[in-house]
Amino acid sequence: MRIVVAVKQVPDTAEVRIDEERGTLIREGVPSILNPFDEYALEEAMKWRDELGGTVTVITMGPPQAEAVLREAISMGADEAILLSDRAFAGADTWATSHTLAKAVEKLGDIDIVMTGKQAIDGDTAQTGPSIAASLDWPQVTFVGKVLEIDENSIISERYVEGGCEIIKSSLPVVITVLKDANTPRLPSLRGKMKARKIEIPVWGIEDLKLPENEVGLDGSPTRVVKITTPETFSDGEIHHGEPEELARLMVDSLLGKEGR
Amino acid sequence: MASIEVRKETCVGCGACVPACPFGAISMKDDLAVISDECTLCGACESSCSFGAIIIRTGESGEIEMDQYSGIMVLAEQRDGMVDHSTLELLGEAGRLAEVDGSKISVVLLTEEAGDWPDKLIGYGADTVYLAEDPQLKHFRTEPFSRITERLIIEQKPAVVLAAATTTGRDLMPRISKNLNTGLTADCTELAIDPANGGLLQTRPAFGGNILATIVCSDTRPQMATVRPRVMKANEPDDARKGKIEKIELSPEDLASRTEVLEFKPLDEGEIDITEAEVIVSGGRGLKAPENFALLEELADLLDGSIGASRAAIDAGWIPYPHQVGQTGKTVQPKTYIACGISGAVQHRVGMQSSDRIFAVNKDESAPIFEFCDEGFVGDLFEIIPLVIKEIKRRRK
Ligand SMILES: Cc1cc2nc3c(=O)[nH]c(=O)nc-3n(C[C@H](O)[C@H](O)[C@H](O)COP(=O)(O)OP(=O)(O)OC[C@H]3O[C@@H](n4cnc5c(N)ncnc54)[C@H](O)[C@@H]3O)c2cc1C
Ligand SMILES: Nc1ncnc2c1ncn2[C@@H]1O[C@H](COP(=O)(O)O)[C@@H](O)[C@H]1O
Repeated sequence: MRIVVAVKQVPDTAEVRIDEERGTLIREGVPSILNPFDEYALEEAMKWRDELGGTVTVITMGPPQAEAVLREAISMGADEAILLSDRAFAGADTWATSHTLAKAVEKLGDIDIVMTGKQAIDGDTAQTGPSIAASLDWPQVTFVGKVLEIDENSIISERYVEGGCEIIKSSLPVVITVLKDANTPRLPSLRGKMKARKIEIPVWGIEDLKLPENEVGLDGSPTRVVKITTPETFSDGEIHHGEPEELARLMVDSLLGKEGR
Repeated sequence: MASIEVRKETCVGCGACVPACPFGAISMKDDLAVISDECTLCGACESSCSFGAIIIRTGESGEIEMDQYSGIMVLAEQRDGMVDHSTLELLGEAGRLAEVDGSKISVVLLTEEAGDWPDKLIGYGADTVYLAEDPQLKHFRTEPFSRITERLIIEQKPAVVLAAATTTGRDLMPRISKNLNTGLTADCTELAIDPANGGLLQTRPAFGGNILATIVCSDTRPQMATVRPRVMKANEPDDARKGKIEKIELSPEDLASRTEVLEFKPLDEGEIDITEAEVIVSGGRGLKAPENFALLEELADLLDGSIGASRAAIDAGWIPYPHQVGQTGKTVQPKTYIACGISGAVQHRVGMQSSDRIFAVNKDESAPIFEFCDEGFVGDLFEIIPLVIKEIKRRRK
């Protein structure tokens, strides 16, 4: 089984603070992390590799410093890593990102499964996985909580949807996007950490992927951000202080309506 | 290759672009804006500069005939023959957008058996219903649904295509937009028509709800967006409304799929989907221990509600993940949301802030939840909630 996991370096959005006066994000000192969802995709891939044999290759498209998340993935147990990095990749939306990632998967060749996280916590789009599938013309199974079975030609997984769960069978090769319920990601091992320090990570740019400039980065992106604002904080709520009995009475008044039941 | 440039002659050194950059990539040097490698070419600074001194250049893009595209197409979502409420919301929103330029509204319904839904969809605002019926369309499957819809989009050339940001919409739309070489904006909470050029302004929360980004798709068509359920309002149905129903012809190849739904397991009873609940009683780290969720359950039962939780409570293993509300959990919009012992961190907030009424019980007066709740109660939840339960029971006697 040859599995590719696409991972992304993201700012830890929990650490992002708002500059109330200017209404903008304060990015200073905000750490960059491996997108939390991608850890579950990586673990799911490694679990099946451990069972069936094969390799797990992690890829990311990003600036040179994005290499850090590849090394983190190696320390957790991935076999190899590739960094897709080129000034021309900057400003990519999900169309251009998935296009570039799909080209890398094609270049690797003979891949059975591509796994991505459900979504990245900065863009929150959840679009990259299905778009990679479209680029490769592979089937896709999104919002997967658990992979139940994999054999030579097919994969069976649980897909969580509104009101229930679908058991879906797909032929291979396939793109899978992974939810957080899937597993508990393992921690980096000592051996992994040593490997992560030493491993050479190839860097592929547009020439390696034979991509024209108008299909990558901002030029290849049909969407553009034109404005960024911070959500208004509405603070017209009523805050009650007092004895618990009084507070409980007030709350029930509002919950049921004064005369209500 | 795309690039960004600060025009030295025009930059006055006002510094307005520095805070506008969500990536902290701009600094001022000798009264001139300097852009570092952190820049992702997102364009936020370009619009913040009143002097037109920041310019993002893009390479050539193949021109398409924009004016051939018109109208708004809504992709309907159905399960077991029932059209989802989110589709009706999209028709309502499409109607509001169409008021600006008189666009026609169409809806695409792929289903096993439509029943009287086509007429109902017209009542809710569609001018044309494109309908395909086949037993193989009973369950959503990515490939047939995307193939049939792509062909229809190519034939009909809508300017805008909308679907709900449900697991179905978010599976289907990226595939279509990639194949049709056009843009897609995820999980929008606001749509508007740009008076300047008639383009669709698509606004959505990003960065864990810390910011709202407005996105356009100016050079390709259609403009595609998934829209968060329960944000837009459906119209009152009008039975007298007139519209057309057009059948989509299907061939066996249209229905081919490399994936197959072996089984659908509905959620167990008691394991109800919290996104459908009208009342949610939610607990966080302030609950201290798993057994204390029983207290919230008692309250939820009295109010016919469900149980939600913050990630802190999930991570502690007090309650399973399907109950998690927030950025990495579910987005809910109940009539009443009661947050007990939840601080109101932004990742939690983005999942529940559209609730009609938010109640918060927290003993820390400075907890952020008090900044956006409708009614806050400062005190110990272990004192207040049992009294609330008692009081409700008393009044109902
Ligand atoms: C990538 C990412 C994604 C995330 N996604 C989510 C998400 O989807 N959902 C989510 O909820 N969080 C999410 N988080 C975590 C989020 O940032 C917060 O850490 C979390 O919501 C905090 O939960 P809490 O409010 O229960 O805990 P705390 O912040 O510890 O708050 C507990 C509150 O309880 C109050 N309290 C304590 N005892 C009592 C008492 N007896 N009576 C009354 N009040 C009391 C305290 O004053 C305090 O305000 C995410 C974080 C990251 C980094
Ligand atoms: N630049 C990138 N490089 C590698 N993988 C990515 C990149 N962007 C997104 N992904 C993958 O696609 C998933 C969904 O991201 P998104 O569509 O941005 O929400 C992520 O969890 C990653 O697995």
